[in-house]
Amino acid sequence: MGKVLMKGNEAIGEAAIRAGCLNYFAYPITPQSEVAEYLARRMPEVGGVFLQGESEVAVSYMIFGAAACGERIFTTSSSPGISLMSEGISYISGAQCPAVFVNIMRGGPGLGGILPSQADYLQSTKGGGHGDYKLLVMAPASVQEAVEMVMRAFPLAEKYRNPVMILGDGLIGQMMEPVEFPDHLKVEPSNKNEWATNGMDTRKSKTRNLVKTMYLNPEELNAHNLKLKAKYEQMAREEILYENYNLDGKYKVLIVSYGTMSRVCRTAIDNLKANGLEVGMVRPQHVFPFPHQAINQAASKKSCQAVLSVEMCMGQMVEDVERSVLGKRPVHWYGKCGGEVPTPEEVMEEVERLLS
Amino acid sequence: MQNEVQFAGFGGQGIMLMGQILAQAAMQAGFEVVWIPSYGPEMRGGTAYCTVVTGDRPIGSPIIRNPRHLVAMNRPSLEKFAPSVKAGGVIFINSSIISIDAGRDDVDVLKVPIIELARDLGNVKVANIIALAAFVARSKIVDFALLEAAVKDKFSEKEKLIPLNMKALEEGRKAALKS
Repeated sequence: MGKVLMKGNEAIGEAAIRAGCLNYFAYPITPQSEVAEYLARRMPEVGGVFLQGESEVAVSYMIFGAAACGERIFTTSSSPGISLMSEGISYISGAQCPAVFVNIMRGGPGLGGILPSQADYLQSTKGGGHGDYKLLVMAPASVQEAVEMVMRAFPLAEKYRNPVMILGDGLIGQMMEPVEFPDHLKVEPSNKNEWATNGMDTRKSKTRNLVKTMYLNPEELNAHNLKLKAKYEQMAREEILYENYNLDGKYKVLIVSYGTMSRVCRTAIDNLKANGLEVGMVRPQHVFPFPHQAINQAASKKSCQAVLSVEMCMGQMVEDVERSVLGKRPVHWYGKCGGEVPTPEEVMEEVERLLS
Repeated sequence: MQNEVQFAGFGGQGIMLMGQILAQAAMQAGFEVVWIPSYGPEMRGGTAYCTVVTGDRPIGSPIIRNPRHLVAMNRPSLEKFAPSVKAGGVIFINSSIISIDAGRDDVDVLKVPIIELARDLGNVKVANIIALAAFVARSKIVDFALLEAAVKDKFSEKEKLIPLNMKALEEGRKAALKS
């Protein structure tokens, strides 16, 4: 199959099917409702199931149920909807079930607006629901990357028996770009027989699998938490993903930015280069685990005078960047909220202001 | 080289479709391409617009404040976006319903009465295809044959509409060359 022109939301839906996911439960919300529109038509064609829940809370538990039975399952929502799902995400994480959640972020807090935003960074990377848990969080910067991340999210969710989140923004969902669905990302059958409550007869086994989140014995719960912690540490060792941009030269400023915002920064960096000013960028493709080391290394370059975190929110990523730079360079923030996407010119002005 | 086209008009004029067809043609031409709709809290009857960005390298910022070209399908769109078009670009004006000028002397202004032309073809709904054809023929942003292929592709599930749309394309192309 060659390249096709697709809207991000539709491509995300198709990518999930290509990854062998035949279950999609969701509740509509702008700016991601086209996923449901697309899959409502497409799932029956491939023998899959689309179910609209009565609320996002209900959807999160429908997903818990399907995941516990070993079904490959995903949902999509946008910021307020993800807040409602956070309770279920905590349970799914505690029960160690794989599932994929897509958040096409819009402005908040509260109902906020429907335009693109990155204001759910902390919610996604630091928890969101209660208890000690983490999500592997992928942040696509193009429709093609969204497709590839969705296709990789399912095996990773199964590898860690943990939810994976795709953190996109309204533009990733709404824009159309040429996409290809790579054959090499076709997904193997899941490891569900090791843990799912899919019936002892089904898996021809004499041992019961148990899916639960309740551990009333404190020692048992502590041991469970340590086990979860070990998984998140393994993620931090094995799942760091980032892209460097213009880091070969003697850049004076290092930008850290992800998703749609990083594309704007790329244009700003190209324009500044044409004006004779070198600026580099590290773009986290996974925002948890965060590429601390790569940013530290890039910030340590002699020519680099400052680090700038550019985000479509009020600086939620700054703490992670500071924890990467470890005081070696001053860390600044630039961004806008509410659906205002900073222009390349605004990013350029901010870089020039930092150096003046 | 990057090119940006802003399509703007009333909701219902086929603005999004024009952009999608151009984006499809640009993709077939081997360009990198992004199509971005306006999806803000627009009012019914208000301005609907979309942007198509094409380039020979990966497209950075998808947000364009100053497009190279503008296809204005109604007067509010022309008034809103004409000042932002880069010098040297094309401003297409739907002269059937826009009575004012672009107010620019540093761009190539193309006026076509697309509604009358579409009516002559027997279906006013193809006005947007006439506009798109006229714009592409004038700006040469993609090869005209690829535009034809993209229209055929778009209507592949409604094949009986293809001949009418091919006529609309030809009508638009002729209008662009005439004026």
